[in-house]
Formats: sequence, C-alpha cells, structure tokens
Amino acid sequence: MPQPLNYLKETASQTAGPYVHIGLIPAMAGFDIFEKNFSNVLVTPNTKGERITLEGRVLDGAGTPLRDVLLEIWQANAAGRYNHPADRSAGALEEEFRGWGRAGSDFDSGLVTFETIKPGAITDRTGRKCAPHVNLWIVARGINIGLNTRLYFSDEEAANAADPVLNLIEQPARRATLIAKRSERAGKIVYTFTINLQGPEETVFFDV
Amino acid sequence: MNAQAPALRDPRLNRPEPFTPPLGDGGFFQRDRSIHPPAHAPGYKSSVLRSPRQALLSLENSISEITGPVFGHNDLGPLDNDLIRNYAKDGDPVGERIIVHGRVLDETGRGVPNTLVEFWQANAGGRYRHKKDTYVAPIDPNFGGCGRALTDDTGYYYFRTVKPGPYPWRNYVNSWRPAHIHFSVFGSGFAQRLITQMYFEGDPLIPVCPILTTIPDKDALDRLVAPLDLNASTPFDSLAYRFDIVLRGQRSTYFENRTAGN
Ligand SMILES: [Fe+2]
Repeated sequence: MPQPLNYLKETASQTAGPYVHIGLIPAMAGFDIFEKNFSNVLVTPNTKGERITLEGRVLDGAGTPLRDVLLEIWQANAAGRYNHPADRSAGALEEEFRGWGRAGSDFDSGLVTFETIKPGAITDRTGRKCAPHVNLWIVARGINIGLNTRLYFSDEEAANAADPVLNLIEQPARRATLIAKRSERAGKIVYTFTINLQGPEETVFFDV
Repeated sequence: MNAQAPALRDPRLNRPEPFTPPLGDGGFFQRDRSIHPPAHAPGYKSSVLRSPRQALLSLENSISEITGPVFGHNDLGPLDNDLIRNYAKDGDPVGERIIVHGRVLDETGRGVPNTLVEFWQANAGGRYRHKKDTYVAPIDPNFGGCGRALTDDTGYYYFRTVKPGPYPWRNYVNSWRPAHIHFSVFGSGFAQRLITQMYFEGDPLIPVCPILTTIPDKDALDRLVAPLDLNASTPFDSLAYRFDIVLRGQRSTYFENRTAGN
C-alpha cells in the first residue's frame, strides 16, 4: 500500500429548490428581513464604463421559460480587472465595483435582468487576451448542480474570433449560443440572451 | 444510510490528517462529478426538462474562474446569523431551538476564511415564508427562515435557528422532503460556488427522498447529514448540529512554466 493522499471530498451539490429566493433574494419571496441586500444592480454612479442592461431568459427542454431560476454574474470592470486579489493584471482596480450580482427571474415572464457595465478585455496570467465576457452561474429547482456558462458580446466580433475559450467549441453554431445581442432601447444599451437547457440550440455549459 | 441505528457520529473521527501544500492561486482541483447528482436524474422529475444533454465543455481554469466576489462584515447586519431573532415580531418562533455550526474547508483540509455562507429553511411546521408556498401548515409570524454568516479566519461559522419540519412536494403523490436547511457557499473563486442541503441525523425520510437519492455515492450522501453535537449545545436552551462543508481545493503554482497548447 502506498502512502494515503488524504484529500477531503467536495460536498455534494443539491438543487437550490423552488424557494431559493427566501435565502438569496428574500424581497422576491415577499418579505423584508435584511438591512442590506444583494441585487442585480452592479453599478454605482461612480462606476466607470459603458452602462448596459443584460436581459435574458432560461428555457427548459420544452421551450418554456424557467420562472423560478436564479442567476449570478461575475465580471471584470471596464479596465478588464477582476476585484479579487488573485488578479494582478495591469488594469486599474475600482474598489466600489465588486463585479458580482444576482437576479431571480420574473415569476410571470421568466425575464432576468442585470444593470452593469460592459467589462473590458481580460489578459490572463499566461498573457492570453480574452474577449470581454461575463461569467454566469445558474441554479433552480430541477438543476442538481449549478450550471456555468459565459456571455460574450455581439459587437466584439474580432475579439470573439480570437478568444481561446470560444475557440475550444468545435461547432461554430454552438459558439453562437454564448453571444448576447446588442441593441438600443429608449437610449439604453441592452444585450439580450437566451439560455437553452436542452434542444438543438442547447447553450454551451462548462465544467470549470 | 442506516436509518435504524443512527450512531452518534463525529465527522472528524474518520478524517485523516489533511495534506496541506502551500496555498496557491492556480486552478481548482478537477471536480469529481461522480459524487455529485447527475444533471438528469429521472427520479427527481423536475430535472428531466432542466438538464443539459450535451457534454459539458471542460475549461482549464482561467482568471475568470479562479477569482470570485469578496464579501465583508459590511455586507451583513448584526442579526443575520440569528434566525430566532432576525424576524421576531412579538416573541420567539415556534420549534426546537438549535445551533448549527461547522467549518468551510477545502479539499486539502484548509479552512476557507471570510467566505459568505447563506442559509434558508422552512419553519418548524415545514412551511416556507414564500409567496409560492401553499402548504397547509401555517406561517410563523416570528420566523423569516433565512440568514447568513461570514466564516472566521479558520473557516468556522455558526448560526441559531429552529429545526425545520419535513414537508410534502409534488414529485410522486406522496413525496416528502426530510427536514433540511439549504446552504449557499462561495469560496475564494467562482468555480468553487456551491449550493447544497444539510439534513439531520436519524431522519427516517432521508433514505426515501427523491432529491437526496439523486446522489450516486453513499459516502457523499452521508456527508450531507449533520450529526447531533451535544458538546456544542447550550444546556436548557438549544441543541447543536455540526455541518462541515468542503469546497474544491486549489492547486499551488510551484514553477511558472507555460503549459503547451492555448
Ligand atoms: Fe427546501
């Protein structure tokens, strides 16, 4: 017998369930409890960068929007810097911009929105250039382990074409499932996206 | 699960001395998906239309996954870890008073410091304070059912609450959830993000729960069951249960070599 390695095992995931709002967004469950709440608004008046709305839905295998899903986003600031000590890239850090938010889908329409800024391009520690993107994490009733995916931006064609993660996707048609579409609505920049959990246009999910 | 004879079990007794390499900020240990429930688990019917069918694309961790949101005491209020008081209107909530405590560790056995732990649960009758919950058991006017805590320097967290009740749900016509508390944990990087549920030692509903039994590995399932921890209880006030949570370990970067490929 060789020496034992003695690593611990990760705790098993369990579904967030239909009442995830109670714990993570209690106002949506219908009550007020915490003095300070997390939200889907990542920006303050001082945040640098282009204001954008991310707006999308998550569809099940029958094409029905999930109306009890919770999404979290994690992103760099406009200079391409994550607000975390492991990011030692050159872009300027903004203390006030955490770069994280969470949102529940609307109980009727299933729409999910975030108010944020468009992140800058990221330079990885190996010097790789990565196209601007937002990291997405999805939990809900019926989802046994959180799903990881990314949103890229439709107006970043050149950067997307060179992005090392998008290029890992063998089928060009599947790359398109990660691109949020830019439009203008009443003077605001809106990027829309659809997450398909199944079907011919199933979104690319990552084992990160 | 051995439902007949729930031995008093200290999760640390079976645990060998942890191996602790220098803390790095390389990528996380590859997730062992064989201990997690599969996305498509037909016994839990909601998973059928909500499970991806394509293979997940394996992603070597980049800066986007190694980093994650940082939280501090400024994000929390003073009663956030006290579910007995944080929604009390005219008295304490009904139910068995309990303390839940434990450590958030990573797979190397190291405590995960200053990380946000959030929890939510039904009241003692099994009813959630949620506009979509219509179970006949009553809402408790003094119980909200959610809280949060930040781990200390060693990864330790604790909170006070009442023991949640089991409740029926629509899966089979007679499906009941064992008593449980939902947990959400962050870790230091977004790839460690985890949601899970804690169960209570000795609950006879554990072996027949369609959600719990989506976990294919018996040991992994047992690790979601918190033992009664009499030593941590408060005499004449509260029992205690211990629940440790393990997040993915992180590789050290010993040498700054570039790997081949992109
Ligand atoms: Fe629950």
